[in-house]
Amino acid sequence: MSRIAATFDRLRAEGRTALIPYITAGDPHPDCTVAMMHALVEAGADLIELGVPFSDPMADGPVIQKATERALAHGTSLGQVLEMVEAFRRQDQDTPIVLMGYDNPVEAMGYVPFALRAREAGVDGVLTVDMPPEEAVDGYLEALAAEGLDRIFLVAPTTPESRLQAVETEGSGFVYYVSLKGVTGADALDVQDVAEHVAVLKRRMNRPVGIGFGIRDGERAYEMARLGDAVIVGSALVREMESLVGAPCEQVTARLKEALAPFRAGVDRADREQSS
Amino acid sequence: MTIDYSQFPDARGHFGPYGGIFAPETLMAALEELKQQYHTLKRDPQFWAELDADLRDYVGRPSPLYFAERLTEVWGGAKIYLKREDLNHTGAHKVNNTIGQALLARKLGKTRIIAETGAGQHGVASATVAARLGLECVVYMGADDVARQAPNVARMKMLGAEVVPVTSGTRTLKDALNEAMRDWVTHVDDTFYIIGTVAGPHPYPEMVRDFQAVIGREARQQILDKEGRLPDALVACVGGGSNAIGLFHEFLPDEEVALYGVEAAGHGLETGEHAAPLCAGRPGVLHGNRTYLMQDDNGQILGTHSISAGLDYPGVGPEHAWLKDIGRASYVAVTDEEALDACRDLTRLEGILPALESSHALAYAKKLAPELGAERMMIVNLSGRGDKDMKTLAAVEGFEY
Repeated sequence: MSRIAATFDRLRAEGRTALIPYITAGDPHPDCTVAMMHALVEAGADLIELGVPFSDPMADGPVIQKATERALAHGTSLGQVLEMVEAFRRQDQDTPIVLMGYDNPVEAMGYVPFALRAREAGVDGVLTVDMPPEEAVDGYLEALAAEGLDRIFLVAPTTPESRLQAVETEGSGFVYYVSLKGVTGADALDVQDVAEHVAVLKRRMNRPVGIGFGIRDGERAYEMARLGDAVIVGSALVREMESLVGAPCEQVTARLKEALAPFRAGVDRADREQSS
Repeated sequence: MTIDYSQFPDARGHFGPYGGIFAPETLMAALEELKQQYHTLKRDPQFWAELDADLRDYVGRPSPLYFAERLTEVWGGAKIYLKREDLNHTGAHKVNNTIGQALLARKLGKTRIIAETGAGQHGVASATVAARLGLECVVYMGADDVARQAPNVARMKMLGAEVVPVTSGTRTLKDALNEAMRDWVTHVDDTFYIIGTVAGPHPYPEMVRDFQAVIGREARQQILDKEGRLPDALVACVGGGSNAIGLFHEFLPDEEVALYGVEAAGHGLETGEHAAPLCAGRPGVLHGNRTYLMQDDNGQILGTHSISAGLDYPGVGPEHAWLKDIGRASYVAVTDEEALDACRDLTRLEGILPALESSHALAYAKKLAPELGAERMMIVNLSGRGDKDMKTLAAVEGFEY
């Protein structure tokens, strides 16, 4: 069983919702990324989404765009991101790591070499924003599956039910539900709308559902934790890095833990209510 | 083996290994709807009749095929015919496509149009059709391009469009495309994205090609009328490649007609400061399709340079990538300097001021003409006029503007 599936199984048995923080690898500085990953685990992350910087992040809002630019200014490459995961794994063999990014850096490395190196480094799943199931059948899925890496796909509010079958068949690990029509960090979360869509997903698919995009504070994390199996928080954490360019890593990790705390509290509150 | 070019792209939007739909999930349903709607209309003679009427009465088609006699004499070699897309309403070939997509937008019931633009020609053409149909229009344009293409920015504003300068990334066309995609993801319910070139996710490369193919259909008939035979070569500039595909498409089965796509070599291919992915890049995925890209070893897209804003793009339409690989078309590049020289030649010899984009095609024609020799003839796509480039040209020539 994959580390991702095992994590969701354990959390379900404990009646808990997963908290999945996202950070962009290499932001604010590549030297801090591994320490930041450990800090996230200390602050209650159940799984980590590590963003692979790409020069043209067309599905990301301004906060993650700028983080990407900061990371690329330090030359953060996919190869280096894999080295960061490898370094993290020396101390942490339990927390699943999902790489999130765009296809071109993966394609430049080659699907097969990438999958091999990712598995060796200790990556558990890959989410490629501009790689829908339709295109993934040309080598991408096969390469990831051969190395036992989970293939995570997005489902959006606009996704028709007719597409869910492909997402379930081709994907694995969990389903990432994009909570709104927009880019990462947008301020347009509609709880009722998410509730309706997630209910359909849970009825139609036998897979944990993570909810991300636009979860800006602990209160929204609480609302989403009542609906999904995982809550994904990205821009709200990454925004904190904007003022920490050039800061020592200790300061960065301290701020990151502080920033994640209200989300952990929101998710825990939802779990407590649902168990009682 | 003879290739049936009408079978491309395939049902998944692929031209060989290129093209496809590499889009965020939020857009997949909209792209599917667009594909179905377009493929229904593509078989509907009524739709094409409506489009043809607009192209005739509003755009002013057919555009003339002009024999550039003095240019031919001075450049010394093959006869040079110019396909005068610069004479279209709004001054470039871009309007052929925006008219078609605007008709689609109306049929899909969309009330808002967005577009990206480099040189501003596609932005102007989009703002124009939006005004005509009473649709809201937002145009994304790299902040650097806003500065160097001021006349077109003013025209778009006059037409009632909102021009949004894009300051992220390299502040040019690719970043404008990213920003337009972000807008579309956010407003997918009421918004139609008019992509200006034969790139982007399927069905855009097919759809834009079909709308631009009128250039080659006319040119083929016009040259047969004038010369009684097909030309030996076609020459067109390639940024995203819509004017080139537009000219080439009808001639693809005519294997005896050589096709030349001319990319921007900027300061020279050897300097790395250029916009020539077909000549100096390699395949990858950007903006919804797989194609040749300018990228580094880590798959990061590189900044580009061209004196012409419309060619300043690190990718190219997937059909061009495929035509290159199968050897049906040749892709070459000319520098900023060569384009400027050709621009001067056409202006002074024929009294036609070409766009800097089109000047790249002319610059290659200047090299090709003596190679082909006087018995041969070629058609150069004069894709746009140069009024918008006066600021750049004045700075180069050293006069006040």
